[in-house]
Amino acid sequence: MGDLAATLLSAHGLTRTYPGVRALDGVDLTLRAGEIHALLGENGAGKSTLINLLTGAQPVEAGSIHLDGREVRPKSPAEAAANGIVAVYQEITLLPNLSVAENIYLGREPTRFGLVDRARMRREAALLLARFGLSIDPAQPLSAFSTAVQQLIAIARAVDMSARVLILDEPTASLDSAEVAVLFRLMRELAASGMAVLFVTHFLDQVYEVTDRITVLRGGKLVGERRTAALPRLDLVAMMLGKLPSGDSHLQRHAAREPGAPFVTVNGLGKQHLVAPFNAEIRQGEVLGVAGLLGSGRTETALLLFGAERADAGEIIVDGRPVTLKGPRDAIRLGFGFCPEDRKLDGIVPDLSIAENIVLALQARLGWMKRLPPARQRELADTYIKLLNIRTPDAEKPIQLLSGGNQQKALLARWLATQPRLLILDEPTRGIDVGAHAEIILLLEKLRDEGMALYVISSEVEEVAAYADRVMVMRERRQAGMLAGDDVTPSAIIDAIVMPGAVPPSGRAA
Amino acid sequence: MMRVNARTLPFLATLGVFILLYALCALQYPAMLSSRVIANLLTDNAFLGVLAVGMTFVILSGGIDLSVGAVMGFTTVALAVMIEGAGLHPLVSFTIMLVGGALFGCGIGAAIHWLKAPPFIVTLTAMFLARGAALLLSTDSIPVRHEFYQTLSGLSLTLPGGGRLGLIALLMLLAFVAGGVLLHFTRAGLKVYALGGNARFAGLMGIDTARTTILVYGVSSTMAALAGIIFSLYTRSGYALTGVGVELDAIAAVVIGGTLLSGGVGGMAGSLIGVLIQGLILTWITFDGSLSSWWTKIAIGMLLFIFIGLQRLILQFSAPTRRTG
Repeated sequence: MGDLAATLLSAHGLTRTYPGVRALDGVDLTLRAGEIHALLGENGAGKSTLINLLTGAQPVEAGSIHLDGREVRPKSPAEAAANGIVAVYQEITLLPNLSVAENIYLGREPTRFGLVDRARMRREAALLLARFGLSIDPAQPLSAFSTAVQQLIAIARAVDMSARVLILDEPTASLDSAEVAVLFRLMRELAASGMAVLFVTHFLDQVYEVTDRITVLRGGKLVGERRTAALPRLDLVAMMLGKLPSGDSHLQRHAAREPGAPFVTVNGLGKQHLVAPFNAEIRQGEVLGVAGLLGSGRTETALLLFGAERADAGEIIVDGRPVTLKGPRDAIRLGFGFCPEDRKLDGIVPDLSIAENIVLALQARLGWMKRLPPARQRELADTYIKLLNIRTPDAEKPIQLLSGGNQQKALLARWLATQPRLLILDEPTRGIDVGAHAEIILLLEKLRDEGMALYVISSEVEEVAAYADRVMVMRERRQAGMLAGDDVTPSAIIDAIVMPGAVPPSGRAA
Repeated sequence: MMRVNARTLPFLATLGVFILLYALCALQYPAMLSSRVIANLLTDNAFLGVLAVGMTFVILSGGIDLSVGAVMGFTTVALAVMIEGAGLHPLVSFTIMLVGGALFGCGIGAAIHWLKAPPFIVTLTAMFLARGAALLLSTDSIPVRHEFYQTLSGLSLTLPGGGRLGLIALLMLLAFVAGGVLLHFTRAGLKVYALGGNARFAGLMGIDTARTTILVYGVSSTMAALAGIIFSLYTRSGYALTGVGVELDAIAAVVIGGTLLSGGVGGMAGSLIGVLIQGLILTWITFDGSLSSWWTKIAIGMLLFIFIGLQRLILQFSAPTRRTG
């Protein structure tokens, strides 16, 4: 399929390990000149790590990168740029305190007699920006311009540094559709001029609109590379969410059971610009799975349910009585618990000990006046360390020294210690190794059997199908379906996520 | 016509304050307009000006240097010991101190970068080291009687009106010009701004942050050594407790001059005005004769407060146009 003569960049067996987790595991990537190549995968699939290795932001542990058949091993972004590999990130990594022209030419300013020639720098910047359809005053500070313009300036800088491989990391996330159209036209022009463009996004419509080829990552591994035109959307989503190439055998659909009493009923709960009103019923002793692609609104439903975002429509009924959630404190009082998606950001307090992390939520519920005595803290921590099989020599170790899977278990313990009636879990099995994976799923099933209500968001469709009694499917920030009973199968979930036939308009910003 | 940029507003405000202050002083004491007073203003504050040049680099890069007063004090004692004790020629001693200062600063920069230690702590450590070393050399004030010092203090530029701009005032102005060129017209200078804007982004954009950090603190300590030489020429003596607290005066001058304490925004010219404002207040108090000179500190404190408030306001009103998706 691939025209070998046109191969510009080829990476083989790229590997990178963080403490406790293999972020990238022997991944290959081939970029051809004149091609726009999509890099897809859910959060934690290894996209960012792959970009970091290509741009030298992190060292390559194993594997090789060849550019034009010559091996490169960039040790810094500067070195990668010198080789012609430049990345532009969703977060604008330019300097707001410098002028537009200074940002474009930083580190390679035109000089005259050893001094920076500002007049020439401005002139050249204006010419360059005009090529990108921007007629702005390059002497103005960068902070005077909108995100979209800053993004184009960042790309102009990258291209002007004689980039041959341009990596665009979620460039469309904060652009409106007109701005996206400008960006796509620019990407096509750059590709036509012989560059290779690596486009990272989670908007599948945009992938089909602009890319020639797709590489999919999943859990740090390469799932495969396909030509965009030859890959139906359903197959693409299956690659991203469906069965792992290695295949797990510990996942088996459990037998149907008697549903418990309804605990929480959600009627038309929603918030403008966040997620459209959705309905759900969560019963005791039941797992309600929530499936959907990144950006589908799946996490947002949990934020509303937990009071972390205030709903502007609908109601929540707990034990038959309507309740208002002014914040997570109200939700905790009702017996809700929430393990968020990004444990590093929202979950663990890295410098505190495991024991302190575990008692945090319980202590918060008691209030700061009623301090848990240290002995009781230790006792609680030891109980859960044993119960959840958290692998640590003792409970006083800082939690950041644990592996991802054990951190996740400690977070679970934090909420279990409050003895919640409803536990909301966002991606409980992300970024942890296979063994811990299975343990966490077993634990969820055990909690369910003990009568807890569970609300589990996951992009692992196989897993959700195995443990969920019912599955709510989210698409484009609205509820796209509710599957129950025998309909809960991986392929039915993927069908509901993709909904073949109905192709929504493209270029939509999240 | 150049558009007024929100980032140059603090500088323009400082310039306005300086002109206003000077006009008020001149109104009360017309003698303050004489070139002799102006020459003295520059001479008396020469060491502070030189320190402010280095501090401008440091603060623009997002750092702070608390060691400059101690390095200056150490330099005066070391010069006295080398010239009077060891019999070295002053020019040789000056060279040794400038090179030594540069190396000391590079060490500070290296420690900040590679130990990932906050500049506050590293330069505090450096301050103790330098002050301790100075006191170890001598706890007494040592006079310097070398005839070369006489020669140097004789050098001066006569201004119209009889004011004499001495060597040390010229050295300070030269430091400002050289610092300004380095900061505003070289690639290295822009890197200092980049570092102060966002060190991580600067790294991603290919800036060698280690080299830039080392450069910044190297410049600062070299300037501190030069300030020590100037102070030595000014007082013709060396004393270990010279310059206690002047690092704070230098920081105040830079901030009053419109440089953001958080780094990335500001410039060299403002720092000169910042130094002159401090000097002007002291001169006015001297003219008045009845006020304690400590009123200078109170005036500077109030000015600083006003300027910091002003910067915050400007920053808020010129906040980047953000858009939600």
